[in-house]
Parts: sequence; C-alpha cells; structure tokens
Amino acid sequence: MTRHDAGLRIDRRKFLGAVAAAGAVSSTQGRTTPSTPENSTRAPSAPAPTARMAAAEVAIPPALRQAQARDGSDFMVDVIKTLDIDYLPSNPASSFRGLHESLINYGGNTKPEFLTCMHEESAVAMAHGYFKVAGKPLLSLCHGTVGLQHATMAIYNAWCDRVPVIVVGGNDLDAARRPPGVPTIHSAQDINALVRDFTKWDDTPVSLQHFAQSFVRAYKIAMTPPYGPIMISLDAGLQQEPIRENGESLYIPRYVPTAPPQGDSGAVAEAARLLAKAERPVLVVDRAARSANGVRLLVQLAEVLQAPVIDQGGRMNFPNTHHLNQTARGNELINQADVIIGLELTDYWGTVNAFIDNGEDGGSGLRESRIKENAKLISISSVELLTKSNYQDFQRFQVVDVSMAADAEATLPALIEAVKRVLPSDRSASERRGEDFRRAWATGRDRARAAAAVAWDASPISTARLSMELWAQIKGLDWSLVSSSGNISGWPNRLWSMERYYHWLGGSGGYGIGYGAPAAVGAALANREAGRFSVSIQADGDLMYAPGVLWTAARHQIPLLSVMHNNRGYHQEVMHIQRMSNRRNRVANLGKDGSPIGTAIENPDLDYAKLAASMGWWSMGPIKDASELTGAIKRAVEVVKAGEPALIDAWTQPR
Amino acid sequence: MRVGRRWIELAAVAASVLVGQSNGFAASVENGKRVFMRVGCWQCHGMVGQGGVTGPKLAPGPIPFDALSTFVRSTNRAMPAYREQVLSNDDLADIYAYLQSIPKGPDPANIPLLNQ
Repeated sequence: MTRHDAGLRIDRRKFLGAVAAAGAVSSTQGRTTPSTPENSTRAPSAPAPTARMAAAEVAIPPALRQAQARDGSDFMVDVIKTLDIDYLPSNPASSFRGLHESLINYGGNTKPEFLTCMHEESAVAMAHGYFKVAGKPLLSLCHGTVGLQHATMAIYNAWCDRVPVIVVGGNDLDAARRPPGVPTIHSAQDINALVRDFTKWDDTPVSLQHFAQSFVRAYKIAMTPPYGPIMISLDAGLQQEPIRENGESLYIPRYVPTAPPQGDSGAVAEAARLLAKAERPVLVVDRAARSANGVRLLVQLAEVLQAPVIDQGGRMNFPNTHHLNQTARGNELINQADVIIGLELTDYWGTVNAFIDNGEDGGSGLRESRIKENAKLISISSVELLTKSNYQDFQRFQVVDVSMAADAEATLPALIEAVKRVLPSDRSASERRGEDFRRAWATGRDRARAAAAVAWDASPISTARLSMELWAQIKGLDWSLVSSSGNISGWPNRLWSMERYYHWLGGSGGYGIGYGAPAAVGAALANREAGRFSVSIQADGDLMYAPGVLWTAARHQIPLLSVMHNNRGYHQEVMHIQRMSNRRNRVANLGKDGSPIGTAIENPDLDYAKLAASMGWWSMGPIKDASELTGAIKRAVEVVKAGEPALIDAWTQPR
Repeated sequence: MRVGRRWIELAAVAASVLVGQSNGFAASVENGKRVFMRVGCWQCHGMVGQGGVTGPKLAPGPIPFDALSTFVRSTNRAMPAYREQVLSNDDLADIYAYLQSIPKGPDPANIPLLNQ
C-alpha cells in the first residue's frame, strides 16, 4: 500500500533549492544588517563596510549577467545564448521537451537554430564536421539513454579526433515524479557513465544555477586544447520547473577562453638544438594545425630548417604544393632521419616502426623499427594531458628523447624562434637539402600523374579519374573537401592543390564508419556561411549507416556536392578476409558476389541516385563510364552553386 | 584448353592480339581475368592491375613471369602468399596472360585533366 503523507513529503529539488536560497539570504543578511542597540555595546571584530564595499558584495559581479527568463528551461536558453552557438543538430525526444520548447519559442530558434536530424549519431557527427571548418562547437541534444546510445560512436570519433562537441542528454532523474512506462525505461541513474571514458568532462546539474556553471564550464573545457567532447545530463524535471519567485537570483558566468598549454621552455630549447644541428631532420604532423595560423607556423618551421614534412592528414597541416611536403616519401625519409619531431601524432610508435599483418610472431604480425639506431625523437602532444584508461586510442607506447605535454600549435612560435637562435650561420647544407626536396617534389608529382593515367579509361571508374574529373570542375571555386570517407588512394591529396586550412579536414578520428556523410553535411553547413563550395567523396558503406542525413541537408538547404565512391563493398574487410583465407590456404568463399561473403554491398545493387532523390536531392547515376562524368559533375556543380545538395553515384574501382 | 607455364612467354606476346578469339590463348586470358577476380588480386591491385595504396601496379607491362610467380608464392611478407592449394600454377599462368593483355593507358602528358 502506498502511504501518502503530505506533511512529511520532501521534494528533493525544492529542498535543494530552498537550502540554496536560505544560504544566500542568510549570508546576505549577515553582511548588510545594520547594528542594533543590543550588539552596539561590543566592539565590532571588523570595521563596518563602507557603502561601496557593501554594494560590491551584493551587486552582480561584472563577470556575471542576470537572467531575464521566468521558466527554468528559458534560463537555460539564456545561458546557451551567451556562447554564440549557431546550430543545434538533434533528434527530438521527450526528456528534453522543456528545453526544446524554450529554444524554439522563448529563444526564437536562433543561436542556436534547431536542425532536425534522423539519428543522434548523425547529429553529433554533423557537429564534428562543422567544428573542423568553423572552429566553433555545436550543441546536440539527445534522449539520455536510447538517444545517447545512438550517439556514442560519433562521440567516440570526436574524442579520438580531438574535436569539441557539447552533448546534453535529457534524463528523468526523480523516480517518484517521472511518468511511468517509457519515460522510466528511458531514464538512468547516471547516463554520463555511458560516455565517460571518451569525453573530457561531464556533469549532472541539480539546480538552474548549477546548470549555468556546468554549461559554461563545459564549453570552456571542450574548447581548451586538447579539444574534446563533453557531456551534460539534464534532468527533465529541472527543465520544466519555473524559476521560483522567492528571491532566487540566477546569474550566467562569463566565458573567458583558456590559453592553450605551451611547451616547457627548456624542452623547447633542447628540441631546437637537436633540430638545428641535424643533418636529416624530419617533421611529422598529424593534428598539428588547429587553425589556418597553424599551417602558417608549420611552413615557417619547415622553411627555417629546410626540413621535409610528412603529413599524416589528421588536419590540413601543410600545403601539398610546397616543395617541403614530402609525404609520399614518408617511410624513406623516416628511415634516413637523424632527428624526427612528431607534432600531435595519433600513433608515434606506428610512425617509427613497421607493422606487417602477416601472422608471424605467433600470429601477431611482424614488428620492426624503421629508424636509425641513434635517431633522436621529439614529441609535442597535448593528448598527453588527457589520457584515459579504458579505450586504447593512446596507441602503443613509444620512447622519445624530448617529450612535451603541450599543444603543438601554441608551442610553434617559441620553437621557431628557438631554432632561429641556434641555427648555424652557414646555411649552405640546409639550402642544398631544400633544393633536393624541390626536385623530389616535382618528381613525385610526375609519378603521381603517371600512376593516375594507368587505368584512366577503366570501368568501373578509377578513383584517380573520379578525383581529377571532380577537380577540373571545382578548382576555380573557393572549395572545401568536406569528407573523403572512402579510401581512394589519396588522389586529392596527391594531385589537387591543397593550400588553405579548409581544403582538407582529415578523417573521423575513431574510424567509426558512418562519420563521412553527416560530417560532410556539418562541414558544408559551416562553409555555407562562408560562401564556400563543399564537395564530398562519399563511400557507399559509410552512407548506408544513417542515410537520413541526406534529408537533413535538403531540409535545411545545405549545399553539398557528394560524389559516390561506390565500390560496392566494405573493402577493408574484403581484404581482411582474403588475407586470412590465404594465411590458412583456403579459397575465400564468395557466395554469389564478387567479394567474400559478408563484405559485398551488391545483389541487389543500391541505387544511391534514387535514394538521394527520395530525400530531396538533385541526383544522377549510377555512372559506370568515366566519359559521362564531366557532364554530370558540371550539372551538379550548378545545382550546388544555387544552394541545393546534389549527388552523383559513380561506380568505382575498389581503391 | 589451359596454357601450361612453359608456354607463357609465347602467350604473353600473343595474348593481347588474341583476346576474344576462340582459341587456347584467348581462353587463358579470359580465365586469367576470372581467376584474378576470384582469388582477390583485384582487391589491392585494382581490377586492371593499376595498383593503389594497398598494392603496386601489376599492369600494363608486368614484371617477368618467373619474378611474379616467385613473389606470389613467397611474397615480401606483406602480401599474403598464395599457395598452390589456393592458386594453381596453370591459373597463375593465366593471370599472367591476363596482365599481359591489358593495354597501355594513355600518356599522362596527353591527358588534359592530369595537366591542370
């Protein structure tokens, strides 16, 4: 039997609120109550405050702003609006209905604007792609349990790729008040636990003022290098409560960006000394450039040293038109190097060691060093400041000689100056080195062109032909390659001219398939604001994880040219099964397909042009003859320039 | 009719002009293409042997048959080796005939899109 005792029942939220309010009133009264005859006979322990001091104690500090809202979730909107967040890609859910209503009605659906998404994974991946172009994080709301479970893979990608995303999950905490049935099934004690291993920080605010602190703190933590996603569990009841008229004053802390961590001056000096005296220094970069300024700084460092740069492609780090971009000769240069500096590398061990997946060493594969015995290794990596235990994205351990737990881009100015100070006055050796690299760069381009020509007229279409047909139509535009989720042998990086920060955005980080399409849409959204042309080379398997993002792009008029790299299979896995079959001396079972059972995406063949058209896209295909590409791409470019998304389905070679 | 390994040098010369004709050499090229697809060579080297980031170019102009055969059986430890249980000597010879039959692509200097 349920016992109701109105006199004894304590509402936890009201209780906590009352305690907080009482405390505030109490302390305020203590400071401002005037002296009475009873206490005036004793000397005060401290002088009475002046009028100015008293005012300073009770006035709103300049770092805070008083809210105008009347409802709890309206106040949350006031908080969110102070952070200049442009968009809110989300899938709707009851657990954040209070905040949702406030955002679109009280907040006017601007800053942020709600973008209707059809999967939480797509929503977070859109925010991921958006940040890489705009340099600003987005907010994504999700249902605290089932929605967050959908979102987790995209959050993991953002974590591995060091991208800030603010995820707020609605959750009905109060078991005594929440509706029974589905809302209770969709509630949990601690939803943040689901993603705690791969978020920078999380919180569960229990009051509106707590929310204000949490949200601004979350933004600040997410935006401090190393960037990363954060998670806030937001109680459904808290969203729906009115702001009490009991003297409660709510304030919004002002956001002040945190300066990124720079390398220790002694370590910077030692790194500079090693680099300056090296005969064969090599710069290896992965997520080194966080901004266009990072690219500029890397060019400066490379030019001062006349050192080759091997760009592992986590970001657009270094122009591929620069003669010191020697990425194509990566292994050869690492073999010969006497000093290697790795800047924000995902995998330092894998950079200086070879791994061959050939079943040797008891099945675990061949591992051997790539570097000379006396080579010196330097590392600058902010990720060392943020390592968690469970997920293994920190990679295999690599011993280095100089290790800086610091942000590479923030450290580069000091490193460049330190190198300049210790460089020998006779630069003839480094100048000769530079000339050698100039010739090697030109030779490399010629080789790439020759390789691209080999299957130029093949059917299915070669990935080189696809890339160059596309390049011909966009090179005159202010373009941005927003996603290259398919493995297309790196042709854009080898033969397009990539010089600006937004020309290349890197990959997913966590290699979670399903990132490419939504990240491309998110990045295209950011490019739309800059008036840039967005193009994506879209893998077939990636798109089919959550194709609903195509509808989101059409619904919100996000212009994007998506050209399918339709190789009709999960090709990485095609090769894995073949490798295992060979190792075991068996012929891979192809079933009725051209690839091992379980890896093909054919029979029936997917019609991506129809799929896109059904979601409001202009589309064409499938195209199997390379000679038809030029006309199709030209038409699609015009559609995109007019502000709409367009898709071309091209049947391609595997890689 | 299959082409034995001892005939391969002749087949290599003749295959490109005999593709599509109903004789032994043409059959070897066709079978070679079929086996090239069936045992997964295309996965890393492309469907016309053009190569890519996962495997080097095989055609046009493949390396001498003996070198190719030795490599396929023992490899450089990176590519998974193909034993005879998986790929017979005759099928390997047919693959070689297929690679020999792949015509040379256009000169990159004459492709405008590669000279933008």
